[in-house]
Amino acid sequence: MPVSPNQARTLKHRSWVAFLVVPPLAFMSLFVVYPILSAFAYAFYEWRGLARGDFVGLTNFREVLFGATMAPTVWNAFLHNVYALIALMIVQNGGGFFLAWLLYREPFGFRFHRIAVFVPVVLSTIIVGFLWKLFLNPNFGIVNQALYGLGLDSWAKPWLGDSSTALGALILANAWHFIGFPTLVYLAGMQRIPPEIIEAARLDGTNEWQLLRSIVWPLVAPSTTILFTLLFIGAFNWFEIPYVMVGLDGSPFGTTDVLGLVFYRTAFGNQSASIQNFGMGSALATLIFLFIVVFASMLTLWLRRREIQF
Amino acid sequence: MTAPAKAFRSSSSRQPITFAFLAQVILIANSFIMLYPVVVMVLSAFKTTGEIFEHPFGLPDFTQVGNFAKVLGETAMPTYFVNSIIVTGASVLLILVFGTMAGYAVARYESRTNTFILLFFLAGLMLPLKLAVIPLFILLRDLNLLDSRWSLIVTYTAIGLPSAVFIMAGFLRALPAELEDAARIDGASEPRIMWSVMLPLARPPMAIAAIQNTVPIWNDFFFPLVFIQTDAHKTLPQGLTTFMGEYTTDWGMLFAGLTIAAAPITLLYIALSRQFIQGMTAGAVK
Repeated sequence: MPVSPNQARTLKHRSWVAFLVVPPLAFMSLFVVYPILSAFAYAFYEWRGLARGDFVGLTNFREVLFGATMAPTVWNAFLHNVYALIALMIVQNGGGFFLAWLLYREPFGFRFHRIAVFVPVVLSTIIVGFLWKLFLNPNFGIVNQALYGLGLDSWAKPWLGDSSTALGALILANAWHFIGFPTLVYLAGMQRIPPEIIEAARLDGTNEWQLLRSIVWPLVAPSTTILFTLLFIGAFNWFEIPYVMVGLDGSPFGTTDVLGLVFYRTAFGNQSASIQNFGMGSALATLIFLFIVVFASMLTLWLRRREIQF
Repeated sequence: MTAPAKAFRSSSSRQPITFAFLAQVILIANSFIMLYPVVVMVLSAFKTTGEIFEHPFGLPDFTQVGNFAKVLGETAMPTYFVNSIIVTGASVLLILVFGTMAGYAVARYESRTNTFILLFFLAGLMLPLKLAVIPLFILLRDLNLLDSRWSLIVTYTAIGLPSAVFIMAGFLRALPAELEDAARIDGASEPRIMWSVMLPLARPPMAIAAIQNTVPIWNDFFFPLVFIQTDAHKTLPQGLTTFMGEYTTDWGMLFAGLTIAAAPITLLYIALSRQFIQGMTAGAVK
């Protein structure tokens, strides 16, 4: 029986659409869906190096959360991720909001300042990390050199070697790297506010602080939702800056240890002690993942509720 | 009298002059903090280690390019550089090809499976592949791709593809159907319509998708750290850690290495700052 022209057309049409859709979907299935599903599965097995052993149920999870060797490290690192999140929320996102407000009026040099604040954002984290590691060097780094030059010798410190300042230094390096991002996202958010609203408030005699608090901040809520969610995800995936600046062990004495470093050490070992534990690493990755998904969704929903349509 | 719309931007009667002044001071201080470290990095690259230690803030002799010559001539930095270009170029190309294919199909052809396809890519957008690095590592080993540039190319393509699909689909959906219909009446085949009629119009979203992916791929360090062992296959950020480990005490070399690594993306950014800012904030600005 001959194929009707219409059938032939649909067949040809269908194979054309399939040709467009199947390769990208197959690619995603192999390199995203399959690894992510496996990541969950791997956590339930015992591993010997790269070889999968017996099914061990929740043992790996129990070890990560409550075990005598693993749990104290994990909770210590988790705490540092929380500190970093809070500090970066204030310094990076909060600072970005104020910088955006200053840029919003397009003052003299607006274009220059806007480009300048985004320069560190395009640099690799590795470059940023090494640069600040050299700058914070106790003897020859420019930070201490500047303090000596200003006669503030007593303020000079081995910033990355001192337990009380190391984590703070990493957080500030990170804020230097990324503050341009929230600044320009907030700036775009502010530019979407109808100018009449701000002008009306000005005419009513609202002062700068009230304007910022009661009008601008609520109206840029959509930007806040995205920026805080991204920061949340970023803070619990934090790895590069600590790795480059203080090393895999979170020195000094684990005071800069974060979950990303613990995960890497557990899964891929470190130079000194080359022990790989894919089971425990997978369990830790799964827990971090679930934590991020659950809390980031809750955070997004909560932040969305305060967004106003205009 | 000034127009009202202007009044709130230029700090007129309502705004005390001190506020505008204070704002200017803060902005200048901030730009200084953002740029000065980069300036010190470049200046130090022209100094010997001794000069850096003695005059950390001084101006160097700019004809003294020994550090650069050593970095480019005696280290593996040029190799890392070429690897970064290959990996970033191939990944962005694959992202654009696959992203355009899937985005075009979803945007221009009615199908019951479209929602499923979009949900599939949406899931990919949400899930951080970093946390699936162990299974990815084993998969790449089984495919014999581990420790090759391909391991990075496929990983970056997988990470960048979902957002590219959404960018392309969003743009292509907005193109009027008349364009296609006219070509169809003229007897053009579907591939021909896509290639000659629709895609020439889709350059702006391609540029956004390309920039959005180029910067993070060029800068990525995590996946090379896990996948690549052989020095000859390392990309710039990972090679930089090797380099920094080898020359720990030669600060002139270190700063020259950092400067060379930072130069291409920084110069490109200064030349195309508007496109960079638009591309990199595209996901966060509606």
